[in-house]
Amino acid sequence: MIAAMFIATLAAATLRVATPILLAAIGETFAERAGVLNLGIEGTMFLGAFAGFYVADLSGSLWIGLAAAIAIGTVLGLLMAFLSVTLGVNQHVAGLGITLLAGGLALFAFRLNYGGSSTPPSIEPFERLSPLADVPLLGTILNQYALTYVTFLVIVPLAWWLLYRTSFGLKIRAVGENPEAADAAGINVFRIRYAALAIAGALMGAGGAFLSLAQLGAFTHGIISGRGWVAIALVIFGNWNPLKVLLGSLIFGGTFALQLRLQAMGLQLPIPYETFLALPYVVTIIALVIAGRQASYPAALLKPYRRE
Amino acid sequence: MPVVEMVGITKHFGRVTANDHVDFELEKGEIHALLGENGAGKTTLMRILYGLYQADSGEIRVEGKPVHIGSPRDAIKLGIGMVTQHFALVPPFTVAENVIMGYRESLNMDIRAIEREVASAAARFGIAIDPAVQVRHLSVGQRQRVEILKALFRQAQVLILDEPTAVLVPQEVEALFETLRHLREQGISVVFISHKLNEVMAISDRVTVLRDGRVIDTLETATTTPPALARMMVGRETFGVVRQDAPQRDAEAVLEVQGLYAEDDRGLPAIKDISLVVRAGEILGIAGVGGNGQTELAETLCGIRRPSRGSIRVKGREVAGASPAEMTAAGVGRIPEDRHTGLVGDLTVAENLVMEVLPRFSRYGRLDKKQIHAYAQQLIEQFQIKARPGDRARTLSGGNLQKVLLARVLANQPDVIIAPQPTRGLDVGATEYVHNQLLAQRRRGAAILLISEDLDEIMALSDRIAVIYEGEIVGVLPVEDADVEHLGLLMSGVVKETQHGTAEV
Amino acid sequence: MVLPKFRLEKTGAPFWFRTLTPVITLLITFILTSGLILWGKANPFQAYYYFLIDPLSNRVSFLEVLVKSTPLILTGIAVTVAFVSGYYNIGAEGQLYAGALAAAWLGTRLEAVPMPLAMLIMLAGGFLAGVLWALVPALLRVYFRVDEVVTTLLTNSIILFIVSAILNGPWRDPLSGWPQSPEIAESARLPQLVPRSRLHFGFVIAVLTVFIVWFVLTRTSFGLKLRAVGLGKEGARFAGIPVERTMLAAALISGGIAGIAGYVEVAGIQYHLISALSPGYGYTGIIIATMGGLNALAVGASALFFGLVDTGAQTVSRALGVPVYLGEVTQATMLLVILGMFLLQQYRIRRVR
Repeated sequence: MIAAMFIATLAAATLRVATPILLAAIGETFAERAGVLNLGIEGTMFLGAFAGFYVADLSGSLWIGLAAAIAIGTVLGLLMAFLSVTLGVNQHVAGLGITLLAGGLALFAFRLNYGGSSTPPSIEPFERLSPLADVPLLGTILNQYALTYVTFLVIVPLAWWLLYRTSFGLKIRAVGENPEAADAAGINVFRIRYAALAIAGALMGAGGAFLSLAQLGAFTHGIISGRGWVAIALVIFGNWNPLKVLLGSLIFGGTFALQLRLQAMGLQLPIPYETFLALPYVVTIIALVIAGRQASYPAALLKPYRRE
Repeated sequence: MPVVEMVGITKHFGRVTANDHVDFELEKGEIHALLGENGAGKTTLMRILYGLYQADSGEIRVEGKPVHIGSPRDAIKLGIGMVTQHFALVPPFTVAENVIMGYRESLNMDIRAIEREVASAAARFGIAIDPAVQVRHLSVGQRQRVEILKALFRQAQVLILDEPTAVLVPQEVEALFETLRHLREQGISVVFISHKLNEVMAISDRVTVLRDGRVIDTLETATTTPPALARMMVGRETFGVVRQDAPQRDAEAVLEVQGLYAEDDRGLPAIKDISLVVRAGEILGIAGVGGNGQTELAETLCGIRRPSRGSIRVKGREVAGASPAEMTAAGVGRIPEDRHTGLVGDLTVAENLVMEVLPRFSRYGRLDKKQIHAYAQQLIEQFQIKARPGDRARTLSGGNLQKVLLARVLANQPDVIIAPQPTRGLDVGATEYVHNQLLAQRRRGAAILLISEDLDEIMALSDRIAVIYEGEIVGVLPVEDADVEHLGLLMSGVVKETQHGTAEV
Repeated sequence: MVLPKFRLEKTGAPFWFRTLTPVITLLITFILTSGLILWGKANPFQAYYYFLIDPLSNRVSFLEVLVKSTPLILTGIAVTVAFVSGYYNIGAEGQLYAGALAAAWLGTRLEAVPMPLAMLIMLAGGFLAGVLWALVPALLRVYFRVDEVVTTLLTNSIILFIVSAILNGPWRDPLSGWPQSPEIAESARLPQLVPRSRLHFGFVIAVLTVFIVWFVLTRTSFGLKLRAVGLGKEGARFAGIPVERTMLAAALISGGIAGIAGYVEVAGIQYHLISALSPGYGYTGIIIATMGGLNALAVGASALFFGLVDTGAQTVSRALGVPVYLGEVTQATMLLVILGMFLLQQYRIRRVR
């Protein structure tokens, strides 16, 4: 029974940990499917986390905060589009520039509005839904934030449907595989890439806001701490398919949650707890090596499109 | 009333005038050939009609109404479709997905229904293709059919085909012509861009000849003859190169290839059991339709691709599996198949010229810039390259790029020269220059392997011709014994030469 | 109504535009960041005075500019070496920490070794540690075609966990309980260049690195090979250059130089390892390398400029109460503006009829 309970709480924590990374990774999937690697992901999540927190604090409404995070994410996505699609600058550099910009903006605004106090300000976060609370184990697992439900049950299937079962998705994949062909077929490559990056930014912003508005109820400097980079790896791991990306996010969430549980139980382990923190990163690298040969990168990834 | 009228079209690219006040008319239900040499402006004119380029001046009228065609999307709306030389297909997509891509705007896609629809359209236009198969599994000829179907599915009334036969074997060409005649009966107008006279004579109703960006004439095909068209197209009576000296059949075998196998980038066998001998002072031509292992053969012989099995001997020394640098040292000179990837465009001409022989120009790793400059200057004069040593390579024209590559290779006086597609995309002057250089090397005693998809080039230069089909050499014959029809049969895999004679496959 | 359409044509911008680029960049950056300064309830003109002029007007803060630019020069150059060869090393941050770990470890063991020798050992140790940490992503990229951007990003995170584990484990200060390594030996420290300032010999190492890398990239056959591989892999391979080995060498040298940055910060400033050793020098190095157009001398200059912005941001913060993060925002804004400028330099905007 204790073991079952441990597994149930672990499963619940896995879903919580996976949610923000999954949101961002689905966003990155859209960007890369359209041919743009968006390294602005880390900063977009960070500014999304801050904007969500700040606006929720100002307005008193968590939902308005979430909307603000999505809006600011979209704006950053469009900025990435302007740089990489319209201007055609190196995608690595443009993305890192956005990460630096968004990170600086968030820290600037945070310091300006909350000072440098050592106790971080906090707000009342989203409450978890608890369907079937009376059912043991299952009730524990299902005790999740609404945003987690939306992510797993709505956003991932919707993303899959959009990419594989709609003409819009066909266009996104076409401009990411062969923009010349897409252009010749009358698809507006620029507009589709802008749209994909806007969607990507919105999801990344929402992913960041999940951390500040649901999981923590606060904003801290280390709130994202590399989750964006993990999301990038998950996209490759998942072969640019939202369903496989979901699977990857669960594996990552699982190891991370296990480490959290073990720490919380105060077990004295012969190895430092950082091993568990680093483990998903190592696993991801190994997965990349294994998948590397077959990884079907969108053929036009990193290539700016110019006519002529 | 003509379906399409183009009046006074002018287009400049920098200082080059690609189209100079060109007038062009297309009637309903005709096959209209656009004839001219490479660089005559045929493709540019049609790219303007398809919205890929914008004319600097001039007017386009469709069914009498002046129109603005700012993009392919506009062209498609006006019922104009184009099949370019580089297929605009997405390889991981199915045929059906490629066909409807950018055309079906309804959000939800019912893939099965779409496949049925595409299949019925294919049947209507007499095009044999399976809509559910992924394009990357299709042959070049099949991909071309997908492109044509794509345009027709968009209700094209005008179909532009840019050198459609360049990628086809003679037998596939006949099937294409059959489709085009079928389309003509349905009232569809076809623009057939070509520089091949016999094809123009065979398929077109009318022909417009372009030279140096200007229209020379438009005439009824039935009223003209190939020599008359050739004169209009080239603007002079004779052209090309003529070889006078007889081939040497008993000279030393410099390049000997025995049982060579190699795989393509996907790990599939690309060349199989290839055995060849090239003698000193001999040009061996490799004929074949593109994509039959020529690229892999050239790369393997250059050391760029590792052979999976077999032997390559240069002057008796085994070099199979050697690196490109070792191949250079062994006396193998290589000209790249694609000029633009064979050079580093953002480095200077001088840097590109010395790249194969860096140790000669450096002391303790430090480059001797003066010596490099002088060497470059000398090669530029010797090979008549229109450039300065410090110019970035990518600013050069195709012909000059090829001269840089020839200079780099030939300055080393290699014993073996691997020349895949050495004149592809070059204008007449540059092509002639390359041909003369190769012949000069032959006189010098080099063993030359010439790989080309251009049968005329193969026939003009080679001492012996080997035909490659699906990665295998299906026949080797002296040039005197070769005729186009027989080569065509070999190239399409219909017959195979064996030691005992020709056999049907 | 038809809106006018514009498009870029590749013809080269007018001369006046190219010469005025730095001025225009600064001006646009100023306008864009003014909004933030106003939000911080300060006068943008006054703020920019404190930002860019004041730090240069007195000796103490001028030296501080050099101190701040030291690690940035090194990471900027490290990134340059990799990027020139077409290897997108995003891992300078992690390689910096690897160098710092080595320096912190060696530094406590060189008590008896005289200063110049200790410095050489530390330098070599920092370089080697950077090389080692760069090795796995580089090998995976070159021989297994695993995207180096992702793996270097991941290894950056991994080494932070390693550093944290060591600082919270074996190296935790038993008295204070702080997660920081023991102080390194006197002889292992980099000597001060100017008395009563933080400027140390690491600055000299950084400047030397700039000139060495500049010489190698522009004047040697190895440099030509690096550039050839970066500018056209196929062309380089065709010319007989061993593409894989060359790129591998660039990746490892890049890691080594980033490792030196970590050594210099430990041995010149902190004297022990802390987990907050770098506020993202490795990432900033990418921006600096880009702004310097991958030309080593220009990269050095832009690192100095970034050092000025970092110092200036602190001055602004002290004088006007504008949060110090204005520095980061300004750097990022400037990068994005410059990226746009690079492009506009090659193009003209034409109105399409």
